[in-house]
Amino acid sequence: MPLLEIRDLTKHFFHFSALSTVSLGVEPGELLGIIGPNGSGKTTLFNCVTGVLRPSGGQVRFKGEDITGLSADAVYRRGIARTFQLIQIFPEMTVLENMLMAAQERKGTLLGRLLRREEAEETDRATGLLEYLGIASVKEDRASNLSYGQQKLLDFGMALMPEPEVILLDEPLAGVNPTMINNLVGHILALNAQGYTFVIIEHNMEVVMSLCRRIVVLSQGERIAEGTPAEVADNPLVLDAYFGR
Amino acid sequence: MRRLLPLGALVLGALLPLAFEQYKLYVASLTLVYLILAIGLNLTLGYAGQISLGHAAFMALGSYAVAILGQRGLPFEVGLAVGAALGFFWGLVVGFPALKVKHHYLAMVTLGFNIIVFLVLRNWESLTGGSFGISEIARPAWGPISFKSDRAYYLYMLGWAAVVVTSAYWILTSRWGRAFRAIRENEMRAEVVGVSLRNYKLMAFAIGAAYAGIGGALFAPLLSYIDPGAYTLDRSIQFLMMVVMGGLGRFEGPFIGAVLVTVLPEILRASEGLYLIIYALAVILMMLFMPKGLVALWDRALGN
Repeated sequence: MPLLEIRDLTKHFFHFSALSTVSLGVEPGELLGIIGPNGSGKTTLFNCVTGVLRPSGGQVRFKGEDITGLSADAVYRRGIARTFQLIQIFPEMTVLENMLMAAQERKGTLLGRLLRREEAEETDRATGLLEYLGIASVKEDRASNLSYGQQKLLDFGMALMPEPEVILLDEPLAGVNPTMINNLVGHILALNAQGYTFVIIEHNMEVVMSLCRRIVVLSQGERIAEGTPAEVADNPLVLDAYFGR
Repeated sequence: MRRLLPLGALVLGALLPLAFEQYKLYVASLTLVYLILAIGLNLTLGYAGQISLGHAAFMALGSYAVAILGQRGLPFEVGLAVGAALGFFWGLVVGFPALKVKHHYLAMVTLGFNIIVFLVLRNWESLTGGSFGISEIARPAWGPISFKSDRAYYLYMLGWAAVVVTSAYWILTSRWGRAFRAIRENEMRAEVVGVSLRNYKLMAFAIGAAYAGIGGALFAPLLSYIDPGAYTLDRSIQFLMMVVMGGLGRFEGPFIGAVLVTVLPEILRASEGLYLIIYALAVILMMLFMPKGLVALWDRALGN
């Protein structure tokens, strides 16, 4: 059974169809790539899965359970974390606070969050992750003072903080320098080897082709191809979508 | 040391008015009431980012609870507890629109609430005394210990202010405080780290309003007389000014704001007719050059 299953997902904005009947499954431990030209509906797909947008039709199932139309916070608490194409962090909080914020709502009750002050375990985990990502030295800095690359890493770290079962990465490498790209790719592969499941939207073809064993291609809101990197690269429909005729 | 110094100054500053003459002591007492209200509004607006122009209405709930229950022979503390509970409840109710609307729309909703409460107070004469208000509101007494004198009542209020300050500090340094800030800083991201906007926005409103209820309860016996005129929109805007001028979302903000908004007009009164103009100018200049509030001066002095 797929861990995350998307069936006939559709999203309209007025008369514009951003997604039409897209279906795909994500297996546990997989590293699935989603590619497609600009405006093909990739981010809309993420938004519909994570509850940021409400789909117009279709279904999203997570661990066999229907989660279609749940609010974003409820989806997150079930174990689906994500990053954003445009970095989304809490700018006035410190790096460490950003990390703790990403973990605190995952489990427990509302009242428990008021009464339980102890946070040593989470702080240790956050510090460990920040060290792993190489930004532990700025952990007490305000997040807005970080460089773009560091913020990108923080956004990524926040997605790891709640120990999610699936992580959706929306263009994690865009605007990142080559050294950092190698770092991030290394981190993603290492975490995937530990059992983390990833779905990645990425424009850097070289990286997607080397990172993912399976790739889904979207174009104009529709799924036009799926397969191994080699299969997708040879698919005439894909070439057509990217380069036109 | 850096933590103890402001705390020591605070305790000293709080006890100083006991040496004041009657009118100055009254102004200091009023400052305590405003401090409690500003702390509540700072939680709702400064931390959670939810605007409320109805804080005077929540204050009225506390004042009238004390006055009406006092008439029926119940102790002051019962009135205060009821006032806080009413504030909490109506804070929840007014918080619901905050789940749908934001910013100036929310300002309009809370402003509407303020006007409704004002009209109810003025027109429900059998309960509230209408425009005539309620007089002879008794100050609290614990058996033989009475807080009747101005000094004793100031000390009594100081006790409640300490409770409010401590509990607010405790809430705002908890995971709730962090979630409030998350909503203010990036609402969409907050939701995508699992923050239930509904729960936290409602709590931010309800707690802020409960503090307003406590402040209102303490206000009623100060002059031993209340009428609806004390709880108009003007008053709500005054609280907004305290929080903004002190420094939104900063724990020190309400202390600075409450003192400033209460004391500054008193000092300027010496200039007679000009004082409102000078006061208004001071507010405008402050907002132009210190949009982060006076707390920014404090930060600069400490060099961070």
